[in-house]
Amino acid sequence: MDFDQPVNRSYTRREFLSVGAMAGAGLVIMSGCGGSTSPQTGGGGAGYSGPNVELDFWNGLTGGDGPYMVKLIERFNSQNENINVKMSAIEWDVFYQKLPSAISVGRGPQVALMQSFYVPTFAARNIIMPLDDVAQSLGLKASDFTPAVWEAGAYEGQRYGIPLDVWPYALYYNKTVMEKGGLDPDKPPQTGDEFISALEQLKAEGIEGWWIEPTYPTVNWLFQSLIPQFGGSLFNEDLTEATINSEPNLEVLTWLTDIVGEGYSPKNVGTDTDDTAFHNDKSAFMWIGPWQINFWKQYKDLEWGVTTVPKVGAEKGTWAGSHNFVIPQQRNQDPNELQASKVFINWIGENSAEWAEAGQVPARESVRETQAFQSLKEQNVFADELPYVHFSPKLPGFDDIDRNALAPALNQALLLTKEPESALDEANERANELLKESRETYEG
Amino acid sequence: MDTRNSGGLEAEAPQYEAPRAKRRGSVRANVLTPYLFMVPYLILFVVFVLIPAFFGIWMSLHQWDYFAPVKEWVGLDNFAELFTPGTITYELFWKSMGATGKFTLYSVPLLVVIPLIVALILNQKFRGQSFFRAMYFAPYVLGVAVIGILWRFLLDRNVGYVNYYLGQLGLPDSIAWTSALPWVWISLVGVTVWWTLGFNAVIYLAGLQDIDPALYDAAKVDGANRWQRFWHVTLPGLRPVLLFVITITILASANMFGQSYLLTEGGPGEATQTAVMYIAEEGLRNYRMGSAAAMSYVLAFFLVVISILNFVFLRRKEP
Repeated sequence: MDFDQPVNRSYTRREFLSVGAMAGAGLVIMSGCGGSTSPQTGGGGAGYSGPNVELDFWNGLTGGDGPYMVKLIERFNSQNENINVKMSAIEWDVFYQKLPSAISVGRGPQVALMQSFYVPTFAARNIIMPLDDVAQSLGLKASDFTPAVWEAGAYEGQRYGIPLDVWPYALYYNKTVMEKGGLDPDKPPQTGDEFISALEQLKAEGIEGWWIEPTYPTVNWLFQSLIPQFGGSLFNEDLTEATINSEPNLEVLTWLTDIVGEGYSPKNVGTDTDDTAFHNDKSAFMWIGPWQINFWKQYKDLEWGVTTVPKVGAEKGTWAGSHNFVIPQQRNQDPNELQASKVFINWIGENSAEWAEAGQVPARESVRETQAFQSLKEQNVFADELPYVHFSPKLPGFDDIDRNALAPALNQALLLTKEPESALDEANERANELLKESRETYEG
Repeated sequence: MDTRNSGGLEAEAPQYEAPRAKRRGSVRANVLTPYLFMVPYLILFVVFVLIPAFFGIWMSLHQWDYFAPVKEWVGLDNFAELFTPGTITYELFWKSMGATGKFTLYSVPLLVVIPLIVALILNQKFRGQSFFRAMYFAPYVLGVAVIGILWRFLLDRNVGYVNYYLGQLGLPDSIAWTSALPWVWISLVGVTVWWTLGFNAVIYLAGLQDIDPALYDAAKVDGANRWQRFWHVTLPGLRPVLLFVITITILASANMFGQSYLLTEGGPGEATQTAVMYIAEEGLRNYRMGSAAAMSYVLAFFLVVISILNFVFLRRKEP
């Protein structure tokens, strides 16, 4: 809500020059630190020449990434005189409740960002439009996106989301603490064994090396990062039955609860205090997404690094989410607004190297190959994980299961108040019930 | 604080009658006047309370997803589901009702008694009286978001100040105030008492100042000691205020949402997920508005019964 104001203003001299240069040479000269260039592709997203339109753009970027998006939009508005994008950042949790009700009374935004794991739910409920023709007219191809990322925006064979970025979990390490524990701060653990022996060594020095936060969604995403490494999954192939209490998943949860049980992590870690411990040099490791990058950079004395997730199971793997552009269903779709929205989505996508400065990895390979992105050291670690990222199951109502079946089980297991096995059994039973309910809701 | 007493009102009454008698001609206007004064409130009441309340009943009889084009009529199915053991809705709903019940049971007695003690103390004449009155009321001014986040950090097991100072005093310093039973309840009740006691205290204070000082003088003359004066003058004098405080405190506690949402996130597991939290989850996040509406009515039914019992027991007994 901090950004609930039109970001419309007059040209600065420099921007005016940029626009002029673009018109002349067909190139966008980027203002700001990078100073790099990016190609302006043709197709349906290249231009909008209709009457002036105003686009409401909703998203949940209330954190440190919001201002980066605002900056991008300011530039977009100044380069597109007849389109005025107005961004509203609403806490994600509230956003998903507000979006449907706003649309149902005809006051929804023209464009929105959505986290990939909500796309199937909103697609099944007809809240967002299929975008196959948009993707086609923008000339977007799966080959420009990593297949897993591109697929995360599709549901039941149709495209509903245009991926902007991707944010996998990786391993952050605090160099000061590693040194204190007698570990080489330039050699973070790469395997499960190395990781445990590092934790053991830290414990000998009286350091609880990894603070595991046992609450939704942090712990759910951690669990989903580890289960593909052990060959586990939350559901069977066609998503008709929960497999939460399968053997590999139990192995993962036991591995996690042992870390708490052995005293490598404190018990009852409160929400966000894992961050607090890390930047106060109290803990050495944190498994979390790229949004932490800029957060750590605020702490000038913090010596940290980030590396790909350790290989704990049989193969490397990690969980990832992605911000997807979506177009909400409108009662009367204005073709001008739709065209302008396409132009906007395409423009932000092409200029997403700047968005990467906010911490995320651009979804488009062509953007990841730019000099501007290559120079972002930490973000590139996350990009390295792309070959083995796993997204949440594409199931309408998955967030319900995630919160009401999986979260309480992981929570109680990691608080050591419930055995991992019975926790997962109960979660599985609940998930199957919820699955039945959501089938009635979304198919009935 | 207002110090008027009933004697004053009675004295003014004849003056009020007199001008009315002269205006017999406009009886109609007189009949309408009070209602006209109520119109602005009535409009708000009808639009934001009455209509939604009846609309809610309508919703509870449907499978109501406000985005679905067709809302399927399901009769009393939503209610039946809440009383069918074995379903997940049954399990989670009654678990959350249990959590609400526990919180109400633990918090209401404290929120009725402690503010009364505070009000009795603040009703004495002493230096700095206004300062202390303001201080006890101060936390109530803060929003639930502020107090929730504030206490989440203060009460954190690993980095919180509360455990730190307990440790400094040589007491156990690893209590998981926000993520282990029974500590979560102690935290939630404690924070709520700290946060809202000022409001109840102010109401008591107004009530105390409404008691005719002559009654205390008379009691003193009769040889009543402090305790007897409290028991036979203060408490009976506060009866209507007490009824009001108990009723609104029960309602407030039964509608608790923010403290659990922010401080414990409903945990550990879902031990502190209150009924209102679960209703919001069901209706707003899982889009089962019909089922959520039915739950609201079950909760409301309990509250109506409790409020009626409350009135029956505390009603002024006429001789």
